[in-house]
Amino acid sequence: MSDLNKLTLAEAREGLRRREFSATELTQAFLHAIEAGNAALNAYVLPTAELALAQAGESDKRLKSGDARTLEGLPLGNKDLFCTTGVRTTACSQILDDFTPTYESTVGANLWNAGAIMLGKLNCDEFAMGSSNETSAFGPVVNPWRRQGKDGKLAGDKLVPGGSSGGSSAAVAADLCLAATATDTGGSIRQPAALTGTVGIKPTYGRCSRWGIVAFASSLDQAGPLAKTVRDAAIMLKVMASHDPKDSTSVDTPVPDYEAALGQGVKGLRIGVPKEYRVEGMSPQIEKLWEDGIAWLKAAGATIHDISLPHTKYALPAYYIVAPAEASSNLARYDGVRYGLRVPGKDLIDTYEATRSAGFGKEVRRRILIGTYVLSAGYYDAYYLKAQKVRTLIKRDFDEAWKSVDVVLTPTTPTPAFAFGEKLGDPIAMYLEDIFTVTVNMAGLPGISVPAGLSGDGTPLGLQLIGKPFDEATLFRAAQAVEDAAGRVTVKERWWETGEKPPAKKAAAAKSAANKPERKKGGGNKKPGSKRK
Amino acid sequence: MQVDEATVRRIARLARIKVTDAEAKGLEKELSGILNWVEQLDEVDTSAVEPMTRVVPIELKKRPDVVNDGDIADDIVKNAPMVEDHYFVVPKVVE
Repeated sequence: MSDLNKLTLAEAREGLRRREFSATELTQAFLHAIEAGNAALNAYVLPTAELALAQAGESDKRLKSGDARTLEGLPLGNKDLFCTTGVRTTACSQILDDFTPTYESTVGANLWNAGAIMLGKLNCDEFAMGSSNETSAFGPVVNPWRRQGKDGKLAGDKLVPGGSSGGSSAAVAADLCLAATATDTGGSIRQPAALTGTVGIKPTYGRCSRWGIVAFASSLDQAGPLAKTVRDAAIMLKVMASHDPKDSTSVDTPVPDYEAALGQGVKGLRIGVPKEYRVEGMSPQIEKLWEDGIAWLKAAGATIHDISLPHTKYALPAYYIVAPAEASSNLARYDGVRYGLRVPGKDLIDTYEATRSAGFGKEVRRRILIGTYVLSAGYYDAYYLKAQKVRTLIKRDFDEAWKSVDVVLTPTTPTPAFAFGEKLGDPIAMYLEDIFTVTVNMAGLPGISVPAGLSGDGTPLGLQLIGKPFDEATLFRAAQAVEDAAGRVTVKERWWETGEKPPAKKAAAAKSAANKPERKKGGGNKKPGSKRK
Repeated sequence: MQVDEATVRRIARLARIKVTDAEAKGLEKELSGILNWVEQLDEVDTSAVEPMTRVVPIELKKRPDVVNDGDIADDIVKNAPMVEDHYFVVPKVVE
């Protein structure tokens, strides 16, 4: 059977259960696809073919003996922010060097314990700081989607896949995995989902354990899936979510069967449309998309209500105080002493400074400095405390809204996918990418992005649904209604696939240079410290 | 808020990040830009608002004060750039 990699997660699960193909065949289909496409897309920073095939062998045994687990034999990608036992984890930064954890993230362990297979580690913005995947030390990921000219042919520059989970979104959209792990601090799951025609959900803060995930901003970070369909995302989140004593903010509450909720429809569901999201200069195609979403949900039996979230415009500036402040504190651990890169200096302080300036990329340095500034003596109240107060008001807006609506509908992003370099020179232009997503993190709410159509250039656009705390099930229901009406979008022209597919056996052992991107040696040109064991 | 070069250098020192003269110049502008942009928060009256401490209203969890992990010194020093026995090695700190 060909093109196994193009199946959805639910279809692949069904095929494995019916024994139409084996987990090994399915895994090989993905390894071929990665071999053929990763050089052009740069989605994987470390494919783990041998490990994947070993896991597939185990899955085939279990499938045969009738001992299959929930995700038995389903190949996934894992964002390189998730620590993996014995597999290099870098957060796509120089500073982690060849850090090889001796432990697995809780979310990862949940997936592998459920029988899922890891195909490799996926590219992302350095420490998940970015909205275009251009800050990765492994170089940018390329969006499988390209703009189309009037003649229907591919036109224009290569586009960004969104960020920070750009490797995850590109790999899912290009069928280089069935689904992927991702993380979202200000929009890093939902914005890449919107830009690649995939589904991404950031669950309620506390739904997934943060243990073993490289920290960016601890009060905002949440893990979630990127997937091809709403159903696939529901299947993934059910397994990823859990209460974990090792994360004191993970919440001890039952995880519902999200897949079962999908069939419940949206009849009588109250959908809120916040007027404050009609930002100045919003493109007509985004406005049209929003109107379409309203019409679809109405047609499916939901009721539409105008609501007000008055503090919306302050979410982004408040975020750019809170997130860098927490990042500057979290990233203090990278000191060249306990793990990762060391650039020797003349004394200990000089070693810290040399290591950190060589190891962190430009955007990460910028955010650490902003964070250090707003937390420094005399400024704490004016910035951090003020931002946390504004955050209370943002959450209060939503608490008020939940009295009259069940779900809030907005666009996911202000624009479709953009070209490389387009926003890199101007930090604030890049930060504005998160204008519709960041409020959700500030209030700790769940949010999902669903593909809802194509732009005039033939690139995907997404709608965002925001839910009450721990009410992801309702979000999935509403998202299913949008997906049913809009239809799935998939890339037509698979321009990234190069050459012949290698024969099955060869691919298993293949470790071509193109498949394992090298980190650019950025930051400084000093020699890394010597390793002495 | 205008950030001058001296401030950039003071912050960089606090953050333990070495900056070159050229970088310091660029950062003056970038940090000033970002700080000016976030100052729009001053429009919001927060005089009677409590700062957010947690998004989900849960009690901080407690656990019995017992040893539940340990004896993994090999694991802990495994990724260190410089190690002797089970110690991290750093440049001399005390003369």
